[in-house]
Amino acid sequence: METISVHEKFVTEIRAHGAETFPYECCGAVLGSDAENSREVRALHKLVNRRDDSPRNRFSVTSDDVRDADRAAQQSGLEVIGWYHSHPDHPALPSEFDREHAWPWYSYIIVSVMSGKPGVILSWRLTDDRLRFEPEKISPEPSAEPESHAATSNFNTTSSGGSK
Amino acid sequence: MPVNVMIPTPLRPFVGKKSAIEVNAASVGEALRALTTEFADLRKHLYTDEGKIRSFVNVYVNDEDIRYLEKENTPLKDGDTISIVPSIAGGR
Repeated sequence: METISVHEKFVTEIRAHGAETFPYECCGAVLGSDAENSREVRALHKLVNRRDDSPRNRFSVTSDDVRDADRAAQQSGLEVIGWYHSHPDHPALPSEFDREHAWPWYSYIIVSVMSGKPGVILSWRLTDDRLRFEPEKISPEPSAEPESHAATSNFNTTSSGGSK
Repeated sequence: MPVNVMIPTPLRPFVGKKSAIEVNAASVGEALRALTTEFADLRKHLYTDEGKIRSFVNVYVNDEDIRYLEKENTPLKDGDTISIVPSIAGGR
């Protein structure tokens, strides 16, 4: 399993973004460094969800947003290593829609926000054959958010990385 | 005519880890076909099974989005640079 190092402050920041935009999805770029067997988050770049039609269950950012995120990363000597978004009232598992719109290599971090409370946060990578997402270990393991974690922990422990 | 295709980081593993590939092509469609013929594993990340460019894959010629030019028929000239940029989408 691949591993991504995510400082607790970034976990907190992603959860806060998910709570802030609830019941809509939040999204952002994950900036950091990537080397052989070592991937580390160094900054987050918040983005605006451009999906005005269905922001509760979809997010999108434009290619201009992506290029802005790339520039922000380069200015800091970093690169865009992934993307995060929230799943309001839904587990932190990648959907079929996520799979269709993903590339390998990127880390896709998803936070579940249940009834406005951010909880389980998981990271995923698309396999090279595009058939499924594999779980990516977040290190150190994110702390639990008591109420929302309890609400989704069963789903988390029974998932094995397949997309919905 | 020779043009350069800039390869985004996530797709470099499929082109021998190169950041740019030179191909000979007269249009954007030709260039992408040449690229994905030489690097067949790249194809599924740019094209759907029906052979259309994936909806989240955006192609630029010298910073101009081909959707506002002539799409895949956009003509190329010597030394043009093609960039491939994803738009990010997802949701539950």
